[in-house]
Amino acid sequence: MTTQALPSALAAIVDDFQALTEPERLQLLLEFSEGLPELPDRLKDHPELLEQVVECQSPLFLTIETEKNDDGPAAAAVRLFFKAPAEAPTTRGFAGVLHEGLDGLTAGEILSVPDDMPELLGLTRAITPLRMRGMTAMLGRIKRKVAATSGVRA
Amino acid sequence: MPYPVEQNEKFAAYAHPERLVSTEWLAAAIESGAVANGELVVVESDEDVLLYETGHIPGAVKIDWHTDLNDEVTRDYVDGAAFAELAASKGISRDSTVVIYGDKSNWWAAYALWVFTLFGHQDVRLLDGGRDKWIAEGRELTKEKPAPARGSYPEVERNDAPIRAFKEDVLAHLGKPLIDVRSPEEYTGQRTHMPAYPEEGALRGGHIPTAASIPWARAAAADGTYRSREELEALYLGEAGLAEGDDVVAYCRIGERSSHTWFALKYLLGFESVRNYDGSWTEWGNAVRVPIVKGAERGSFPVPAGV
Repeated sequence: MTTQALPSALAAIVDDFQALTEPERLQLLLEFSEGLPELPDRLKDHPELLEQVVECQSPLFLTIETEKNDDGPAAAAVRLFFKAPAEAPTTRGFAGVLHEGLDGLTAGEILSVPDDMPELLGLTRAITPLRMRGMTAMLGRIKRKVAATSGVRA
Repeated sequence: MPYPVEQNEKFAAYAHPERLVSTEWLAAAIESGAVANGELVVVESDEDVLLYETGHIPGAVKIDWHTDLNDEVTRDYVDGAAFAELAASKGISRDSTVVIYGDKSNWWAAYALWVFTLFGHQDVRLLDGGRDKWIAEGRELTKEKPAPARGSYPEVERNDAPIRAFKEDVLAHLGKPLIDVRSPEEYTGQRTHMPAYPEEGALRGGHIPTAASIPWARAAAADGTYRSREELEALYLGEAGLAEGDDVVAYCRIGERSSHTWFALKYLLGFESVRNYDGSWTEWGNAVRVPIVKGAERGSFPVPAGV
């Protein structure tokens, strides 16, 4: 698998990670964790609208919204929202990567991301496979929700 | 040289008060320069591999349970050579006093302490209340990583037998007390994994026959410190039914939460023989032909036919 198959923002993130040494990759993941946007108020006050991804070692909640688009749902932007505590920087970092890489794309673009994309970040050894599972699960959950909402098939 | 032991009323009631330090004590020790001059080595060990980087106790070094303490290939801990190198690189010598703390009421800190004990490190203590208490009290954190002078650590062969149980040991132990420290849902077998997430759990749900269910967190107070000796006795001697002198095995899913309980039984209540079964439910719940019990009852051993 090459990064060419990925949406451009996500491909750029993968390239950034791959250009670094292992300790630097961890530092970059930390920066992504710091850059994860806060939930908008309308979601902050309604935790029931978010779903928990239980495979993550720390509490991680997410939801998606599809923006209205005159050209139909296939062209509509899908917005991603994540919530993870500050005490869980690794989980937040993964969420930050997926947010920056996927937020605003169409359902079809998100569904085309290979399920094992997280492996491309080159973090498996430094983070360990157990912890990587959380990120794979997060991507899987996003894709299932996008598929269910949009009717577009993966 | 061992650093002086903390004296206070709460700790004095425990069987081994020398195994705990308070946040006040550690703050004073840092203030006195004991960490800066290497008399005391402070280690942070968290579940989250990046948490230390977001800010840690001044002078603390990081040891990650997974990347530093677990063998990369075999499901086992590192060997004597790797441990010696790890310790030395963190400024730890064989006779160093080491204070370990971490997130989640010291789950992983207790796990790291247990691994240090597998190597027979003499003076290793837990910071009562861990990272969360330190932060809740508004104490200093820093992102500055220390560069400690290299320690001198011999290659010590790990001695697993006294504090570590393998599956075969647990099979031979059946009939004697076991403490299951997982959540009640895991204990009853209600929860092995969630629908559509087969990776999450074990093939079978339930518990090891006769194990008492005492979720690990019940040994901790709201501020993450260990409960008082009296409270711990009510929990383990009262509710779980342990008696003085019992030979006990504790387990969870991979042996980390049960390290927290192991510490309480071994050092706070003073049970001589307590072993942590680190294979835990991820091994037992997947193993062929080992007996399990489903539901809230402890069950009996031998397991009655037809059950």
